[in-house]
Amino acid sequence: MVSLMKFKIQIKPMIVVIFFALLSSCATQKITLFKQLGGDAGVSNIVDNFIEEISFNPKIYAFFKDSDIERFREKLNQHLCFVTGDSCEYTGDSMIQVHAGMNISEKDFNITVELLINAMNKAQIAQPLQNKLLARLAPMRKEMIYR
Amino acid sequence: MINRRLILSFLWCVFSASVVADEGKLLATAGLTQLEGAGGGGIVPWATISGYETQDSYSGSVFSTQVSLDDYKMNMTGVSLGIYDRVELSYAKQTFDLTSLGGHISQDIYGIKTRLYGDLVYSKMPQLSIGLQYKELEDTAIAQLVGANKIESGVDLYLAATKVHLGAIAGHNLVWNLTARATKANQLGLLGFGGVINNDYEIMLEFSAGVFLSRKFALGIEYREKPDNLGLGEDDWKDFFITYVPNKNFNLTLAWADLGSIAGIPKQDGVYLSLTGYLW
Ligand code: HEM
Repeated sequence: MVSLMKFKIQIKPMIVVIFFALLSSCATQKITLFKQLGGDAGVSNIVDNFIEEISFNPKIYAFFKDSDIERFREKLNQHLCFVTGDSCEYTGDSMIQVHAGMNISEKDFNITVELLINAMNKAQIAQPLQNKLLARLAPMRKEMIYR
Repeated sequence: MINRRLILSFLWCVFSASVVADEGKLLATAGLTQLEGAGGGGIVPWATISGYETQDSYSGSVFSTQVSLDDYKMNMTGVSLGIYDRVELSYAKQTFDLTSLGGHISQDIYGIKTRLYGDLVYSKMPQLSIGLQYKELEDTAIAQLVGANKIESGVDLYLAATKVHLGAIAGHNLVWNLTARATKANQLGLLGFGGVINNDYEIMLEFSAGVFLSRKFALGIEYREKPDNLGLGEDDWKDFFITYVPNKNFNLTLAWADLGSIAGIPKQDGVYLSLTGYLW
């Protein structure tokens, strides 16, 4: 009986520690990717750099030459906020609608991904964070290429 | 002594950086070249098609690999053609020097692989390919000596699944591959095909996994099951590798390979060095 009591007393702090460990891991989970990327300021910095990268790449710029770049800037900011898990509203058109008729090839897509990586490098986003953003975007490729 | 061909092809690759390889795929997603000439890891063929081409283009690559073991040395040189990221045709010449016993074996390996499904980065399920390796032994004396059932040639058939998980390990990209190979080959075929203990096709599992520490460096491990048809205690192979992919023109892999017992001599391990250059 006595030894059992002792056991109980010993185990309690452990439970408390585990409880807080779980809590804190939940807390870090709650920081959205959007916030980790630097929130509004961080993401709009990435988008600005990305637009600059596009403007210097003749192959990709060709897709944008008749586009309203200010609309693109606004909608892409919203869209990135939307996919990185903050409670943002995306008011643009669907990925299929937007990219239909452009006949974007696999190669065009990958070049664009590389421009986005350049944009994130310039914004000094750490590579693990870059990869997490790319992981959210990658599944959308099928809605955009060869349409 | 480092192989002259390896150095030459290395220099060639560095100086031909102006010969632009088709850059359709993302950096490093063309994979490497495994030691039978197929696009893969180091010892395992992967589902990847060997070059940086996409479904609209084709690619050519060359590779050279050297494995220096305690009592043997292996050299592999070959070429590969990737067509529309759908079909891969490869040829590799493999030479095996018995440095301590004296002697020399060489074989030609003709490979074909076709992608059945998916994209290793973009599809939810792994990229899947099926491949075949036709192996023609040039020096058959040793295969005959150790009791191989068939000494001229043999065919391996494999099914491979490869997947990249972006940001999977603390934000780092993870790549894995699993291959099932139907084979009769003794030590890749260098010691012939089939033998006294077993003369049937058996399914061998082969596995690779790697983590990208950055966009250009990856660390990984491989494991390849092998049959023991001759009763010489042929062991499974394993390696630990580090790969450097500076650009889409070439990549370089350094590994520690443990190839176990070969032709009755145990504990063969050593340095594996491999280079693949992408021509277009
Ligand atoms: C995961 C990758 C991509 C995402 C998340 C993405 C997202 C977006 C978004 C949110 C918009 C604004 C939509 C709107 O105005 O309602 C947009 C527009 C556009 N995107 Fe993409 N996009 C991607 C890849 C690409 C690629 C690879 C290309 C071409 C190579 C491309 C070309 C365009 C063009 C030209 C526009 C402007 C369309 C217009 O003028 O109305 N996008 N994209």
